[in-house]
Amino acid sequence: MAHPPPQKPATGRRTAELTESAPAAILGQTKREPASPSRSIVLITAQIGKTMTTISPAPFETAPGTTLFRTRGLTKVYDMGAVQVHALRGVDLELFAGELVVLLGPSGSGKSTLLNILGGLDTATDGAVTYRDQDLTRANDEALTEYRRFHVGFVFQFYNLIPSLTARENVAVVTEIAEKPMTPEAALALVDLSDRLDHFPAQLSGGQQQRVAIARAIAKNPAVLLCDEPTGALDSETGIVVLEALERVNREIGTTTVVITHNADIAGMADRVIRLSNGLIANVQRNEHKKAPQELHW
Amino acid sequence: MRGQALAIAGVIAGGVATFVMSLSTLDSLRLTQATYYQDYRFAQVFASLKRAPLSLASRIEEIPGVDRVETRVLAPVTVEIEGFADPVTGLLISVPDVGEPLLNRLFLRAGRFVHPNREDEVVISDAFAAAHGFTPGTKLHVTINGKRKHLTVVGVALSPEYIYEIRPGAIFPDYARYGIFWMARTPLSTAYDMEGAFNDVALTQASGTVLQDVIDRLDALLERYGGRGAYGREDQVSHKYLSQEIKALETFAIVLPAIFLAVAAFLLNVVISRLISTQREQIAALKAFGYRNMEIGIHYMKLVLMILAAGLAGGIGGGVWLGRSMSNLYQEFFRFPFLEYQLEPYVITTTCLVGLAAALLGTLHGVRRAAVLPPAEAMRPEPPVAYRETLIERAGLKRFFSQPTRMIARNIERKPLKSLLSIIGIAFACAIMMLGSFQEDAIDYMVNVQFGLSQREDLTVSFVEPAAPRALYELESFEGIEYGEPFRAVPARLRFEHRSYRTAIQGLEPRGRLKRLLNRKLETITLPENGLMLTDYLGGILGVRPGDTLRVEVLEGSRPVREVPVAALVSEYIGVSAYMHRETLNRLMREGNVLSGAYLAADLLKENEIFSKLREVPRIAGTVAREDAIRSFYETMAESILIFTFFIVLLAGTIAFGVVYNSARIALSERGRELASLRVLGFTRGEISYILLGELGVLTLAAIPIGFLIGRGLCAYLIVAVQSELYRIPLILEQSTYAFAATVVILSACISGLIVRRKLDHLDLVAVLKTKE
Repeated sequence: MAHPPPQKPATGRRTAELTESAPAAILGQTKREPASPSRSIVLITAQIGKTMTTISPAPFETAPGTTLFRTRGLTKVYDMGAVQVHALRGVDLELFAGELVVLLGPSGSGKSTLLNILGGLDTATDGAVTYRDQDLTRANDEALTEYRRFHVGFVFQFYNLIPSLTARENVAVVTEIAEKPMTPEAALALVDLSDRLDHFPAQLSGGQQQRVAIARAIAKNPAVLLCDEPTGALDSETGIVVLEALERVNREIGTTTVVITHNADIAGMADRVIRLSNGLIANVQRNEHKKAPQELHW
Repeated sequence: MRGQALAIAGVIAGGVATFVMSLSTLDSLRLTQATYYQDYRFAQVFASLKRAPLSLASRIEEIPGVDRVETRVLAPVTVEIEGFADPVTGLLISVPDVGEPLLNRLFLRAGRFVHPNREDEVVISDAFAAAHGFTPGTKLHVTINGKRKHLTVVGVALSPEYIYEIRPGAIFPDYARYGIFWMARTPLSTAYDMEGAFNDVALTQASGTVLQDVIDRLDALLERYGGRGAYGREDQVSHKYLSQEIKALETFAIVLPAIFLAVAAFLLNVVISRLISTQREQIAALKAFGYRNMEIGIHYMKLVLMILAAGLAGGIGGGVWLGRSMSNLYQEFFRFPFLEYQLEPYVITTTCLVGLAAALLGTLHGVRRAAVLPPAEAMRPEPPVAYRETLIERAGLKRFFSQPTRMIARNIERKPLKSLLSIIGIAFACAIMMLGSFQEDAIDYMVNVQFGLSQREDLTVSFVEPAAPRALYELESFEGIEYGEPFRAVPARLRFEHRSYRTAIQGLEPRGRLKRLLNRKLETITLPENGLMLTDYLGGILGVRPGDTLRVEVLEGSRPVREVPVAALVSEYIGVSAYMHRETLNRLMREGNVLSGAYLAADLLKENEIFSKLREVPRIAGTVAREDAIRSFYETMAESILIFTFFIVLLAGTIAFGVVYNSARIALSERGRELASLRVLGFTRGEISYILLGELGVLTLAAIPIGFLIGRGLCAYLIVAVQSELYRIPLILEQSTYAFAATVVILSACISGLIVRRKLDHLDLVAVLKTKE
């Protein structure tokens, strides 16, 4: 597995939050500094089980290999009137910093539900999900919004770009509200779109649009990049270009990346492959020999 | 869809309601007027004269075309009312000693008619009775022809001749200070020295005869007897006011519904177009199954017709209710004895047809586009929307805009026509508001100009007969009277080419301090020694300009006929008059230095003493105190203005709400996906609300100045549509009117914004990620 770039010095405030909230074992390599009292209170409150009103506001650098997400007995039941659909039936899972994970499963296996809960778009019916030991299941809407704003990058099957904004502006829309973002230009350079900065989505191909979406997702320096069928709407050739972009981001910046797909061929590029079936984890497989995206085909 | 359909139905209902209300009120007023006129035999020709023997009546009857003739004695009267110090005047009209009048019959609201040969009985007008709480049995102390008399009220009545009961020359009715009284012929003739004579005649025409012929012959006949010129209903004051009111209502009946239905058509267009673009694929599927274009068109038309039906049902129901209330208000205002509320079938059919036309106009284009789309094309999503940088961004202002602000600007510019129509829709709401409240400003202004600049006297006293200047000196000697200014008033017909107008020439002091003539800039104009000055509106009626020469036919005294040049036009909002140097008028009349009355400046603290002193002067026909007239006017107007304003606010609010709410809902449906995407990316609810509602905010704010312009235009149109000899409303719009209109529009926009904001809070973030654009 590729190593992340040298760790940037973390700010005192962020480290302090960790000190209060995370077990020392997980924080192994993080610098320790004195705690900020107000922040501690918020986080302690969160831990004793009330509705969490905030999540530490910015991504922190987490040493590769430490646990970023942990789910225990994660259950999601959709109430569809007469019937109840069990999307997740008690998922226990850990995701580690810096890894590239592919969540594989047929449609209806619960992979999107899992991703949505990890991304703070949905809440679990039962069980717990922690992000750096902060309990996402107890977070309210404001806290989840803040969590998405500062910690999570999303890439969707249908790109979800803003049609009225150019590529650069689509990235800027996120960097404007982020805390320590890259420049939109730098983010777009990472996905090889430096020559398309001022194109509107309607002027870009599907693959280019998806790469803009990736640039938008990584520009905020998120702790995790969640990709829901990122190549689902693309042909294989274009899909591979998009996967290359994801792989490069993961390799160069060290962003933890979760890709969900029903395309088993993509699994080859992952550090770990987690197979879901019928709302449960069927198996977890570690790829000893990761394939480069160029080696994939479907 | 439900909210949007309701909002559109609301706007349609607003238009339909105003349409039904105006038309049904109009019909009701017309029918009531016609029925009242017919049942109570309202005369068609009126003439007053100095004095003619009763035997002349039979000669009048012989005039070809004359049907029925009623001769009468009319006498000015002053009334003393205990506990009411203000001068009260009125008009005494004779009724036959036995039986009812042949023409201008009375509707008895209470009590009875006068008994033959009882000299002290009087029937009083309903409005006057109501103003003072008089009922049959009340005693009145009156002065007729300088003689005091005690009268007993035996009845309270209404007359088709005094539907609008207003003192001659006054602007507004003042029921407490002016009344109509009916007395038996014999005692009135005795009191007024008119035994065996009459000084007023009313008649009806036989059908198929020419009014002007009757008038001309009557004038010829009455000339010897001091006839002051006969006139038809068109010039009868009460009829004129009533017609004026009906005319104003006609204008409203067209303008307001037209605005509403245009806005409704626009909204339907927007909503249906949007609906069709979201249902493109279903349409394609249906067509692929073999549905015909017509069937698909009909499917959407059904939806439109349902919205229309809801709007029509609500609007017709509301319109009938409003029409009834409005008609009742009119009944009260005009004191009709009855009101025939009339809802003609044509009103309903016209309303439905107009509504249908508006709905079809609004939707046909969208429906047609959906129907003619080839299925294969329709199956594909609509081509992506092409955006580009907006003008202001290209002008170099881009760096000041955040990305959300750019989104707002580009969305507005992407659909310039739709944005423009939304702006115009909201602007009309603003304009309607102005239409509602500007009348108040204009009336204030008219009163200020009339009473603050032009008619500055505290009291006006008129004499029974022209009097010598010493009558004025006598008045000036009363304690409390500070200054007096004489005037001479002479009825005359002014002719220019084929046009003529009957009015009074007022002879004034050239440099009067109380009665002053104003030019367009409201500066005082000095009366020239020679020539006439005409109200500008009268100049328009006669088609004369300063320098032209008018033929003046005096209708009093020796009835001289003279050619008089027009010296200038004066700016006046109320009534039409001709003015002259008093001495010149005296010369024209070949009379000495005489006056008809005087304007007085008085110490109003002593008004009670002054009034009681004036009552003792036998030659005084009437006294008018200005302040009381203004005050009572405002009291009567305040309530009806309040009702009207409330109604207009409701209508304007409906439009503003309808447009903003629909724009917001459409924007939400078009952009829900990108807003949800932004929420996923970590935008807060407030931040995405800014993007959606910011656009509406920009449209609303842009609409307000345009609304001000349209509002001004509408007011100007209304003014021209309702201007008449009675009054011309000036185009005066106070800042408060603009502010109020803007406030109502902004509030309506905010309310609809808040409703949409609630929807934004419940965006389904997950669903949006799983769907294509």
